[in-house]
Parts: sequence; C-alpha cells; structure tokens
Amino acid sequence: MGAAYVETLKPLFIGVGISATFGIFVGVGMGLNRMFQWFWEPIFVVLQAAPVAALIPLITYVYGLGLTAKVVAVIILALPIIVLNSYKAVRNANPNLIQMCISFQGTYLQQIWKVIIPNASPVIFAGLRLGVAAGFIGVILAELLITPTGVGDLITFNRSRAQYSEMYAAVFSVIAFSAFAVGLLQKAEVRYFRPEKKKGS
Amino acid sequence: MALAMEAPDQTDTADHIVEVRSITKFYGSDVHALDSVDLAFPTGQMTTLLGPSGCGKTTLLKIIAGLLEPTSGDVFVKGKKVSGPGPERAFVFQDFALLPWATALRNVAFGLELRGDDRSEREERARHYISEVGLSGFEDKYPHELSGGMRQRVGLARALAVDADVLLMDEPFSAVDEQTRRKFQEDLLHLLGVEKKSVIFVTHSIEEAVYVSDQIVLLSPRPGRIHSIIRPEIDRSVSPDDIRREKNYLDTVEEIWVELRKYLD
Repeated sequence: MGAAYVETLKPLFIGVGISATFGIFVGVGMGLNRMFQWFWEPIFVVLQAAPVAALIPLITYVYGLGLTAKVVAVIILALPIIVLNSYKAVRNANPNLIQMCISFQGTYLQQIWKVIIPNASPVIFAGLRLGVAAGFIGVILAELLITPTGVGDLITFNRSRAQYSEMYAAVFSVIAFSAFAVGLLQKAEVRYFRPEKKKGS
Repeated sequence: MALAMEAPDQTDTADHIVEVRSITKFYGSDVHALDSVDLAFPTGQMTTLLGPSGCGKTTLLKIIAGLLEPTSGDVFVKGKKVSGPGPERAFVFQDFALLPWATALRNVAFGLELRGDDRSEREERARHYISEVGLSGFEDKYPHELSGGMRQRVGLARALAVDADVLLMDEPFSAVDEQTRRKFQEDLLHLLGVEKKSVIFVTHSIEEAVYVSDQIVLLSPRPGRIHSIIRPEIDRSVSPDDIRREKNYLDTVEEIWVELRKYLD
C-alpha cells in the first residue's frame, strides 16, 4: 500500500504544484489586469465546465499512458478552480484598504504585496483547498481510466477479486489522506497569511 | 494671466497650509458634486467641512488628499500645487481602513513600513503614538479584538506616526457610539494641542463641528458650494462640560442649524 501511495502521489504532487504556482500567478494577474483577464478567463471557464472523464481518452491520445498523462489530468481538474478563485479574490479586494495604501504613498507593488494578496488570501486558499481535492479526483480518475497504478489499481484490483474490505480500505484511505492534505493547507494559511484567525476563533 | 495667478501664492503660504482654487467635480457627466470651490485652510487650526449629506464634503476632502482627481481646479499644500497623495498629508478614514491581519502595532507603523523605515525604528515610533492615543497594552491585538472607538484610535495613531503637517479626517467618529465619540473629541483636542497639526475635518454633526473647530465651512448641497464660513471663537480653556454649556457654543450650534435647515425641504 505504501508503494501504491508513492505511485499515486507523484503525479498528484507535480500536478498540484504546477496548478498552484501557475494558477495563483495567472489568477492574480487576471484580478489586477483586465487585458490579462480578457485573454485567460474564457479558457478556464470552459476548462472548468468540461467533463474531464470525457477528455481522458484525448489526453491518452496526446500524452500516452505514462506519468505525463496523469499529471495533465490532475492539472485539468485543479487549475481552473485555483485560477478562478484567485482571480475573484483579487478582483474583490477591499477598495478602502487599497485607498488607504495609496494615501500613505504605497507603491503599486506594495499595494499588491502588502494589501491585495493578504486581503485575498482566504479566498485564494479556499481555491487551493478545492484544487487539491480536485487533484485527488483527477489522479484517481486517471488511475482508473488510463493505466491501473497506485491507489486506483488497488481499488480496481481488489474489486475484481471481490475483496471488498481491501477495496474499501483503499477508498477510505484516499479520502482520509485528501482531508489531511486539505487541513494542512488551512494551517499554513493561518500561520503565514492570516495570523488573526488563530487568536480570534 | 499666469503671472497674476502666481503673485498671491507667495503671500498665502505663511498662514494657509492648504488652499483649493476653483475646484469643480463631476461624477460621470450628470452628477455635479462640487462647483468651483475656493477655500483656504489656516495653518495650525482645525477647519471643519460641514453640510448635509450629498454636499460633497467627503469628495472635497478626498480631492485635497489626492485620492480623487478634481474635474477642474487646483490644490495647493504649503504653497505648492499637488496632484496625488503626499507625505505632508495623512488621512483618517471613516471606516478605519485597518489591515485585519496586522496587529495594532503594525497597523500604526504601516505608513512608515510603506516608506521603508526599518523595523525597530518604526515600531518604536508606533509604540509612542499608540500610547499618545491611549492604547498602551493593546499593541499586539488585532483589529477585530478592539472596539470601534479603539480601532479609530489606531487609525489616528497611524496618521500621526507619519508626521504629516495636515491631518485629513473623514467623519472619523461617525462609526463609534455617542459616549465614545465625546471622549474621543476631547482627547483629539488635547492631542492636537500637543502635536500642533493643521486639521481638515469632515462631519455631519453640528455639535461636533462647533465643539472641535476653529473654523467651520458650511457647504450647500448639489452642487457643493461654500454657503458660509463661521469662526465659533469658543474659549477652550474651560472644561469640556463647560464648553458644551457655554452660551456662545449653543448659539453657534443654533445658528448653523437654522442655516442647514433650509436645505432639508
């Protein structure tokens, strides 16, 4: 089972890593700049609406059966959510705080780093959590539909031999692991961006 | 023409820290917020912009702050024409505009942080002003742990910390309750006596205007124009409670009310 997890987590980490870096960058850019938004928004809205299970044959056609295909599956599911959340978070940043920053002669970069991003971070992180959860869906889907490896293989294999207790163990362990990963992100957010939430609640 | 304009510049700077000349502001093409307003704000004094809602008083204040562009007209600070915010002016916001993720200390030091002062220096300064506004012991609290009145004290300390010559206060007490507001007005007068700032203050409360101001500018609504300028001449050497009972104070309040009342119908 340990080996199966390593197998599953590899495309997941790569995919989520790419989605998070690229997604937050593009999303924040879209929030700040209307031209940027005009270019990227339709792409991600369409991607978010697309049924990924139906796209998987296409992915295999282009990227084959290996790691790349699985990473792409993860990205297709995780990226739109992260981008669109980051974009909305930045676009809806509190205008009074931005005005405050301007009145104290903050530069545009200071506005972004010291006001807009911390202000947007709860929604950006909400997007990241959803993105990680979607990434889990993507990787399991890929393992079930492309090549049976990792946890997806454990599930299919045990089902085919009617070993249902093992199959459910695999299913629930994925759920538990996904919940753990999402919880970890929440911790990181409070620690680095919104310290006031630790004390208040 | 240009020469004629420049001459009075030199003489005015000595006693007027801020001057606005024929400021007109339109929002879009149909909302006429201010109509060629000319005003001078005396150095070291508290001037209040008072008027019914919609008279453009906050608009005028934000134009002076450089947060809004006037449609036409100029703003002079210390005799120099300005466009955009500058270090000689500091703004106190109606809704406080504190960073919710930063402690009171960091919020007070925020103006200095943007300016690039190093940490120990700016925190020392911030601590000084936190104690000036009576918030010692609350340095490490976040805004949501403070009451409305305390949050505005943080906002005031932030404006004082950058050491501007002019404080621009946009209805700073409108979001705090009446008791806190009175205490705050008294503290503000005391503090300004110590800090020697010029203040431009926006309010819709007549009592507040008369209580705190050296000069009150009454604005008429839509489009905002100067209706009249009143100097209350109140003797502030007596206790706050005595000021509120003084005949001159009460008469001035009444006089302004009679004027403003005309706009209500």
